[in-house]
Parts: sequence; C-alpha cells; structure tokens
Amino acid sequence: MPEMEAVKPLLAQFEDERANLIPILQEIQATFSYLPEEALRRVARKLHVPVTDVYQVATFYRCFSLKPRGRHLVQVCLGTACHVRGGDLVLERTQTETGAGLSGTSPDLEFTVEPVRCLGCCGLAPVMRVDRDTFAHLDQAKVRGIVNRYRPRKKPATVDTIAASAEKVRS
Amino acid sequence: MISTAQRLVNLEDLHHAMRQGRDLLYPSQPKIMVGTATCGLAAGAEEVLHAVREEVANSQLPYQVTETGCIGWCSQEPLLDICIPGRPRVTYGRMKPGRAREIVRAIPEVKREWALAMMPGDENTLNGAHVNYCVPHNGHMDGLTAYKDLPLFKRQLRIVLRNCGIINPDSLEEYIARGGYHALWHALRKHTPEEILNEVKRSGLRGRGGAGFPTGMKWQAVRDAQGEPKYVICNADEGDPGAYMDRGVLEGDPHSVLEGMTIGGYAMGAHQGVIYVREEYPLAVMRMKQAIRQAEDAGLLGQSIFDSGFSFEIRVVKGAGAFVCGEETALIRSIEGKVGEPQQRPPYPAQHGLWGKPTCINNVESWANIAVIVQRGGDWFSQIGTAKSKGTKVFSLVGNIENTALIEVPMGTTLAEIVYEIGGGIPNARACKAVQTGGPSGGCIPADKFDLPVDYDSLNQAGSIMGSGGMIVMDDHTCMVDIARYFLEFLEDESCGKCFTCRVGTQRLKEIVTRISQGEGEEEDLDLLQDLGWLVREGSLCGLGQTAPNPVLSTLRYFRGEYMAHIRDRRCPAHRCRELITFEIDPVLCNGCGACVQICSGKAILGEKKKPHIITQAQCTKCGACLEMCKFDAVLVH
Repeated sequence: MPEMEAVKPLLAQFEDERANLIPILQEIQATFSYLPEEALRRVARKLHVPVTDVYQVATFYRCFSLKPRGRHLVQVCLGTACHVRGGDLVLERTQTETGAGLSGTSPDLEFTVEPVRCLGCCGLAPVMRVDRDTFAHLDQAKVRGIVNRYRPRKKPATVDTIAASAEKVRS
Repeated sequence: MISTAQRLVNLEDLHHAMRQGRDLLYPSQPKIMVGTATCGLAAGAEEVLHAVREEVANSQLPYQVTETGCIGWCSQEPLLDICIPGRPRVTYGRMKPGRAREIVRAIPEVKREWALAMMPGDENTLNGAHVNYCVPHNGHMDGLTAYKDLPLFKRQLRIVLRNCGIINPDSLEEYIARGGYHALWHALRKHTPEEILNEVKRSGLRGRGGAGFPTGMKWQAVRDAQGEPKYVICNADEGDPGAYMDRGVLEGDPHSVLEGMTIGGYAMGAHQGVIYVREEYPLAVMRMKQAIRQAEDAGLLGQSIFDSGFSFEIRVVKGAGAFVCGEETALIRSIEGKVGEPQQRPPYPAQHGLWGKPTCINNVESWANIAVIVQRGGDWFSQIGTAKSKGTKVFSLVGNIENTALIEVPMGTTLAEIVYEIGGGIPNARACKAVQTGGPSGGCIPADKFDLPVDYDSLNQAGSIMGSGGMIVMDDHTCMVDIARYFLEFLEDESCGKCFTCRVGTQRLKEIVTRISQGEGEEEDLDLLQDLGWLVREGSLCGLGQTAPNPVLSTLRYFRGEYMAHIRDRRCPAHRCRELITFEIDPVLCNGCGACVQICSGKAILGEKKKPHIITQAQCTKCGACLEMCKFDAVLVH
C-alpha cells in the first residue's frame, strides 16, 4: 500500500505511549482524511495495545472517520443558538446542494457534510465551517453560493468541449 | 510579541516587561486594533485586518496594527478600534475593508461615521487601576457614548474577561502590563501554599463549569490527598451548545488561564498541568500553545519560577469530539488515550484522578478568576455576588436577542436585567418566551419568571441549572416541544452508552417527544415522560444522564399547554413542527417575482412571472425557504 509509506514517519514522531493514541489518530485523520484499516493495525503494534482498543477509540470520538471523507469538510453548526435560528434547515439545504445527502459524503468525494454540536460562534448564528473558513448569518439562500466557491474549477478545455461551445456560439 | 527571550526572575524584571507592554498597549503613535477571535474572523475580520495593514504600509506612517480578542460585542463583529494618543479609544462595528481603509486614512482625525462607542480609559479589575487614554479636556467626544454608559456594558463587571478585547492575546508583555503574573509572583515569593488556598476558600469561588462545587474545598482535598505526582487540569472542553465563554478567554487572554493554573499548582503541590481543549476550537488550541511557549521562554513556566524553587509545566491536549468528555472522569480517561466513558465517583479525581493520582479539575473560567482573587484578596471577591454565589459569571447571550454578546455580570443579576437591559430585548418586536440555561443539562425558564436572580441555587429551584453559561433567548417563534426534541436528540447522540438508563432512556424520551411533535402523541405520553425522566435521572452514573431529562421536564413544567396543543389540537402554536404546518401563498400579496421558485427545495412552487404563485402541497418539504426569501410577506404558515 503506497499510502502507508506516509504513516511510518508520522508514527515515528510519537513515543510508544498509550496516551499518544488519540494524538496519533488525529494526525492520521488529518493526513488521510480518514483512518485506513492498515494504519490502525500499525498504531496498535506501535503502542502494544490490541487492535480492538484502537478501533474502540476510533469509533467513539466524532472527529475520526473509518470511511474516506470528501475533499472539503462542511460542518454545519447545530448548536442551540443556530437551531433556534434555523440551523437544521441550513444543514438540510447544504446536504442537497453538495449532493452529500444523508450519507454524509457526495458521490464525487468533493464534500463531506456533517452536523457539528457547536462551533462557539453563537453570536453569528446560524453558522457553518468549510475546512478552515467559517460563514456567519446564514440562511438557505446563501448556501449555494458558499458551496460553489469550493467546487472544483471547470474541467480544462478539451477538443470536445471547445467544439461544443463553438457549436453553441454558432446556433 | 517578545522579540528576544528574556527570563523574568524577579520583580524588577516583571516591572521591566510591564513597561515594554505599556509601550505596546498605549503607544505614542496611533494604534489600530482588529478583533480576531473566531467569531470576528467568521464575520470577516481577516479581510479587514489585511486592508488596514495594506493601508498603513502604503501610507508609510508609523501606525501600529495589532490584533485583539473578543470584547464580547458579538452582534457588531467584525470590530475595529483606533487609539490615538491623548484621545479616547473609538470602536467601529460591522467593519468592511473599504470603510476600514477610510478610517485609517482619516487618522489623526477620528472618523465619527460608523463609530459605535468610545472608551476614555480602562478599568482593570485585576489591580483596581484605572488608565486614562486621554488628556482631561479631550475625554469626551460629542455624540459618542462611552462604553460604561452603554446598556450592554453598564452592568458588567469584568473579572474573567478583564483583558479580552483590550490586549493582544499573542503578547505576553501586554498581559503583564495589565498586572499579569504579579499575582503569581506574590503567591510564590510572599505566601505559603496554605495562605493561597485559604484565600481561594475565603473568596467563596464555586466551580464555573456548571455544578458549582466550592473551588477551595476541591483544592484542599487534592492538597491533602496521598500520592505523587499530583495533577492540575483545565477543562476547556466547552461542549454545551450555545456557549462560548471559555473560547472567549482562551482566545482573548490565554495567559490568565496559565497564571491561574500555576498558582493552583503551587497551592496544591502539583507540578504538572494539562489543558484539555475541544478540537472544534483550533484557534484556541493555537493561542494556548503559543502562550505556553512564551511563558516557558520567560521562565514563567518551567524550573524554579521566579527563583522560588517551585516548578510547573503545562501542556495542551486536544479533544476528539465527544460531549461527554466535559465530565471530569471521562475527560481524564480521554487524556489517558482511552474511550471517554465516565467512571463511578467516589473515588473522586481529587484522590484518584489522572493516572490514578490526585487531580484537580477546574474549568477555564474558574482558573481565570484565580489571579484576581490572589491579587485583590478573597474578601474583596466575596463582596461581589449573592450570599451563596460569589463573584461574577460570564454568559453567552445568544439566540433571539438584539445584542448577542459575551457578558460578565455579578451573580444575582436578574434575568430581566440580562435579557431586556443588557441584551436590548427581542428583535423584530417579537415577544420573549423563555431563556434556556445550562445547555443540555439545563432547562427553559419562562419569561414571567425573569425576576429570578441568576445564581446557582435560584436556577436550580427553577428547574434549570447555572451550567457553564450559555443563555439562549427564545422568542414566540420557538416551539418548546421542538426544543425538548432538539436536546434529547443531542443527548441520545452524545450518551456514551455505558449506562442502560441513559443510553436507552434518552432514545425513548426522544421518540415520545418526536411523536408529540408530529401530532401523534397521546395525553398519557406526558405522564410517561415524567416517569421515564425520573428513571433516567436516578439510574445514570454521570451528570450527562442525571440531568438528561431536564430540558423535557422543564418545558413540560412551564409549557404544558404547548404540549397539549400538539397532542389535542394537532397544532404547533409556534409554527415550527413540520408535520403540523402548511405553507401557502397569499394571492393578493404575491407579485410573482419568482424568488421562491428558485429556492424551493421540493420544486413545489408553480406560477407564471408577475402572477400569483401557488404551492403544490404534495411536493412541499416544508423547509421554509420560500418564507425566508419572500420580501412581500406573501408566504403564510398555518
């Protein structure tokens, strides 16, 4: 597995202590955007703990995912202040706009949308965070524009697309 | 920021750093400050800061540009301040890069347009000092209200938030310039650990994390406990939805937490501290780590601090996203790299905590109080507040409120004062229905009980709790059944699953309330909620389970009629529960602009341009987007 090459130096940064389990998993999650099974096995070997222990921790905490996440992580806040100002509706709209639906990740792996408990920006409710950027005072109408900012640029022009646009101009 | 690492060993060093800090805080050249806490950044502070920096660079004038934490005026973010020597500090709200440029270009004149308020000087609760920004005859600026005369700030007493929005959180010198680390010097060099402990006891400080356990007693228990080493933990796993007091402190004044913890370590005989910060606060993690490095470089953490022989170190542990880890025994398990499941108490962490050793856990706000208590004395502190709740409390005042804000008021301030005076009431001329305090462990207090003084005991009697300080104001558009369902959903999801009563009980409670919100409830369900609520409370190990029924029981206690409307009339009076409402377009008010057609998630709206539209009920998802979009109030909800 080529991606496992990246795990080795990552693990080397940490001492073999049980207390490092969560920080190690956080590093792996940040690097791969999920926790590959093989990585979990290596962590278990390194820390001399059963794989079940690693699995237990990996599935208990919300910031870990065993499935690949999308390129962009969209966290829609469902804190109380956001809830009373319609945060649940913003979440629903975001799930539709990104195509992530209820499964969480869009089929093109561009977006993972997940509700988050509270981002602590309650004064600007409703809010959501895309990767590192936080967006404030949302309503359903604003969601599309925000999502579109993170969509991949249009595919580079190919012979076919140029022909198609030429056709369009002519007609 | 400290340019070269200088170790602070004695009082003279501290005074020297203080002078350096004063030059930064009150420079001889104009200074422009931008609030860059998470909330400021979310509102666009980064663009504003960039514009200001560019404008200053272009002008080639020696103005200082710095960042600051959150002063708590959340509804006006992003905030920009200018301080011109000899004149009051002037605050501008809702800044845009263009306006910020104009303000900078106007210096040395103070641009009055867009200005919100001015500060002729600052009061420092840490040492009682008052700094005048301006020469006397220039103290007032026509037409600009001073902070202390604004309803939002008038009643506030800022002990915990003393530096937030005043200093640059990245500057150790500025913290020291406002009296920082003096309490630590006094503690280490002039007092015995017992004296410090007694001072904290005398202050009457109670844990600000929510439960309100007397801090002095906790410290005594850790000090008396057998076992070495001892640990000091700062609980910064601020998980309550609607609460961000701790984030405000961590991002705006990180050294106040470090100083408090170090003093605590000295009093209890601990040499290691851990700050457990939730991972949803990346900026707070960064600022804390940076502050620790600065303190280490300056010798304020590490070996023999101030040559006293006392050593102390602090590290940051990042949470991994589990609400239950705010519970102290679960938090300890999480630091140990385990699943965050709460443990049976006793033994309490004071005897058997981190790695089985005596451990003191206090939350951010409690730690931030310590330096002030040591500096001004327990007696001074205990004069503030009520008979059984001393000092101040920070609240995040959010929800349907005019001035969303982070405020700090003396204990005993009434809810009415907080909501109507400080908060400025409810926007859009709507009626206030309730205030939710204490997060998922708390309850809703109805508007007719707003004469209630806010302290630990009064809130308990009213069926809620003080909690960590989230205060969510709800107007008459908020459905109490929906709120109960919301919290139960939260708790069901966040229950760690260890106790059957909590794991299954929260599920069943949620199912019952959901049924009611869908108009399928029966009257017997209300008794069932009461019984089941009692069972969950009595049968669960930790605070999460024991308080899980509070949101549903408190709404049931005060808003039974609303539950009955859902059950008997199959009606949601607040027009919130989807299954019980329908959307319609008023053919008279609709001018056929088509805005709703664009936004409709179910493609349910039909109609020609400039002619009244209609909603096809079968396709309507009841998302309410049309209602949000319509500028002509033509969308009606029944």
